[in-house]
Amino acid sequence: MTVYVKGVVFDGVDFDDPNSWNIDAYIQRGGYAALKKIIAEGITQDAIIAELKTSSLRGRGGAGFPTGLKWSFMPRSFPGQKYLVCNTDEGEPGTFKDLDIIVNNPHALIEGMIIGGYAMGITVGYNYIHGEVFEAYERFEAALEEARRAGFLGDNILGSEFCFQLHAHHGYGAYICGEETALLESLEGKKGQPRFKPPFPASYGLYGKPTTINNTETFASVPYIVREGGQKFLELGKPNNGGTKLFSISGHVNRPGNYEIPLGTPFADLLEMAGGMRGGKKIKAVIPGGSSAPVLPGHIMMETTMDYDAIAKAGSMLGSGAVIVMDETVCMVKALRRLSYFYYEESCGQCTPCREGTGWLYRVVDRIERGLGRPEDLDLLESVGKNIAGRTICALGDAAVMPVQGMLKHFRDEFLHHIEHKKCLVPGF
Amino acid sequence: MMLTPESLAQIDREVAKYPADQKRSAVMSALRIAQVEKGWLSSDTIKFVAEYLGIAPMAAHEVATFYNMYDRAPVGKYKITVCTNLPCALSGGVDAGEYLQKKLGIHFNETTADGKFTLKEGECMGACGYAPVLLVNNHTMCNHMTPDAIDRKLAELN
Repeated sequence: MTVYVKGVVFDGVDFDDPNSWNIDAYIQRGGYAALKKIIAEGITQDAIIAELKTSSLRGRGGAGFPTGLKWSFMPRSFPGQKYLVCNTDEGEPGTFKDLDIIVNNPHALIEGMIIGGYAMGITVGYNYIHGEVFEAYERFEAALEEARRAGFLGDNILGSEFCFQLHAHHGYGAYICGEETALLESLEGKKGQPRFKPPFPASYGLYGKPTTINNTETFASVPYIVREGGQKFLELGKPNNGGTKLFSISGHVNRPGNYEIPLGTPFADLLEMAGGMRGGKKIKAVIPGGSSAPVLPGHIMMETTMDYDAIAKAGSMLGSGAVIVMDETVCMVKALRRLSYFYYEESCGQCTPCREGTGWLYRVVDRIERGLGRPEDLDLLESVGKNIAGRTICALGDAAVMPVQGMLKHFRDEFLHHIEHKKCLVPGF
Repeated sequence: MMLTPESLAQIDREVAKYPADQKRSAVMSALRIAQVEKGWLSSDTIKFVAEYLGIAPMAAHEVATFYNMYDRAPVGKYKITVCTNLPCALSGGVDAGEYLQKKLGIHFNETTADGKFTLKEGECMGACGYAPVLLVNNHTMCNHMTPDAIDRKLAELN
């Protein structure tokens, strides 16, 4: 169940009210006021982008790139068609925040995208939605229809010259499509295989046209920034880490769910909000930013705050804000085996180091788990990792290597114990 | 391997989302719609979809084989996919998979003798906070699937 705490995306949403997602409820809680203000006051494109820069909003999909800067890259004067794309292809193990946004507050995303279209001079947008959440896709389609009927989407929005069309595109099961250029290929009706960068989507994106791609939560944060001002958003978080952020907590906590809290909140506080450790067990490890982020021991996490800079300093990354909590019963070899299988399964097969290397990583971790590990296997894992990282078109290769490196850095003893004694150091999963 | 007028109307609505010269963009939805009608995607169905959209059969075939929710072989009336990835596994996802195998008397990637159920092991569905999670026929997500909840779901489907 979603557990909303305090933040800009879910502000005012009533999770117990089945109608809280619809346009009337959204307007009642201040929705579409930002768009109306822009049209009524004739706020300029430059002013909106400047406000975003002030807010220090950073990409909520995982990379944390400053949104205002990204929007300023769009060549607004380009004469041909330009596109705006939202990435709701949420498939990073541990992450389930964007699903809650399109189900519980889809109009915040729609309004954010309309504002994005206005600010960058774009007239057509697509929201690419993760395959496995078909019911959420249908909810989003219903919200789009509401917005069209209310005159917020379509031609001459609110009587102005501004036109913006927005459509939903449904994926059908491929983690790689969360990578922005794979997503564009998929939107074009092709296999989701990433493109070389450069050229970046801002110059060569969907159908070869200038394209801006942002994450769902990023767009959904925009109406608040326009309505309340970038400075106010910034002050909700901390310098260079503006605003509030959704954290998806899963694993061994009493209340898994989405928690929207200010960036810079101590992890210990977040754990307490999630009801603490399940069964009162001791915390062993946390993957703080989705399965691709290196694991950190529990004691390091207990002294860390939840923001881009602090998590990076602790040796991992905030990523999408997916926090996977593991207690003392977890065998880290088994945990890594599951993650390594995921990357092996989801590699798109385009680059040899990733296609072959993810298989090597999985098979070696698997044999260690099954008691067939060899003394040289840890060196082998490191060597395979070095031959993948930085040698592929997209970041999936690196994402497969980082969990392995994190595990070997902090829990090497467990892997050695498995190899030496052919069994787990700890009994549980 | 013609599709029904209802399916074709749905495909037409998808085609309308994209620029007139980019009908290929609708191939993912068109294949999904065809699969819902036919139960799975035969080579003939894929070829029909390709021709309907005016794209090369291989272009549709590539998509049907790349994305893992398309079924390229017949499946049972109900395809149940269980997520066993790490976040789900920490909250009973593996147990749910084992319970279903025992209950249905089949392994992953098998179909019951009466053709009712196919069981699959899936990757992240983006719903880790609701673990254990099952997907029925690709489109219906079932949350918090403890053994009791699985029993109820199977009884309902039966």
